Amino acid sequence: MPSSAPARRIEWRAARVIETRDETPHARTLVLDVPEWPGHHAGQHVDVRLTAEDGYQAERSYSIASAPSSRYLELTIERLDDGEVSPYLADVVQPGDVFELRGPIGGYFIWLPQLRRPLALIAGGSGIVPLMAMLRLRAMLDDAPSAHLLYSVRSPEDVIYGAEIERLAASDARLSVACTFTRRHAPDWNGYTRRIDRMMLEEAIPALGESPLIYVCGPTSMVELAATELVAIGHPPAAIRTERFGPSGTNGNR
Amino acid sequence: MSDRIISRGFLGRRRDAGPPGRVPPGQYVTPDFPVLSAGPTPRTPLDRWTFEVRGNVMRPQRWSWAEFQALPRDEVKADIHCVTKWSKLDTQWRGVSLDFLLETVEAKGEFVVAFCDGGYTTNLPLADVVGGKAWVVDEYGGSPLDAEHGGPARLLVPHLYFWKSAKWVRGLEITMDDQPGFWEEAGYHNRGDPWKEERYRGD
Repeated sequence: MPSSAPARRIEWRAARVIETRDETPHARTLVLDVPEWPGHHAGQHVDVRLTAEDGYQAERSYSIASAPSSRYLELTIERLDDGEVSPYLADVVQPGDVFELRGPIGGYFIWLPQLRRPLALIAGGSGIVPLMAMLRLRAMLDDAPSAHLLYSVRSPEDVIYGAEIERLAASDARLSVACTFTRRHAPDWNGYTRRIDRMMLEEAIPALGESPLIYVCGPTSMVELAATELVAIGHPPAAIRTERFGPSGTNGNR
Repeated sequence: MSDRIISRGFLGRRRDAGPPGRVPPGQYVTPDFPVLSAGPTPRTPLDRWTFEVRGNVMRPQRWSWAEFQALPRDEVKADIHCVTKWSKLDTQWRGVSLDFLLETVEAKGEFVVAFCDGGYTTNLPLADVVGGKAWVVDEYGGSPLDAEHGGPARLLVPHLYFWKSAKWVRGLEITMDDQPGFWEEAGYHNRGDPWKEERYRGD
């Protein structure tokens, strides 16, 4: 049904960088103080707008990494070497700097704590970011549904939030984490070393009978493949929510 | 609005700005064709595919794939603008004009809801889809439209943000009142004019 709430414009706000945190050689988290931030749901994103001295502006969208209740808003930015905005956010910006953002945006790729079905999260590369907001929210709940993360990255140094994810999994028997390294892995790694496929999906996320709610986020090719295999396994398309970024087959754009 | 906040050290890469007058505010030009969809890509076999125009019309119609292929076709060259900020210039499509489809059924309403495989819907005023402004296309760049990009057929309404160009479209419902669709219900703008930056509800 159409929303009865009056249409309020999502205003641009000044975000002040409080802290930066390198996550990987290619990704950095910005901890932002955004006065009067209206709050968000896990999975939503913001639009960032940068303005050069001469007035030239560029806008891009970035997923929110922090849980809804956190004091500061956190974005994790993956640097795209041919990007316009991400190299600035990942390399140049420093604590004390201010840039504009507006949000939260997106009313579909979101997870609400009252959704009781087992949670299946499938991430490719920096696609982990909105899913991390969901894991962080879930970690604060007393009676959270079970959660299952399948995380595909190229190599060990590309894992974003690795230590935190390990810590969450170690303290929560109802959270399972599986990782796959598609390009390079440590010599002693005995887990998955291939792209996500049907067998992996059957092993890593709850079976059909448990009716998991599935969120898939990552590069287009990975999301297409995972979503197609999930449907082939028999998961109802309506239980699969996807967020794709980049042109087919490569990273880009977000 | 706080337009005067300068991002210290930000220069910008102007080559993405595109030719003057072609790229709406807040957009950048990409040579790629990014894919954005809310769920899995549906794959309806062509022998089960139909296209239907119904609702407030004098003569509801349903075409099979073969019948649809026999309808008069337009070549369309257009710039497209996605709400996620990318624009792609001079895209080439082939398909059936909504002018033709709506005249065939004698549409009487004010609005149209496009419905799609996967349950996706989007709403448009009739005025935004008549007069050579909208098509149901099944060819992109001279080839059949990929499923990822909305094939076998998608709506093409290039003067509005590209979520209005619904993928996997299976029909049009002509209505008297405006019924917000999938993204319109999820916080996006009801009309989505890129030149007015109507991205989100309230813009």
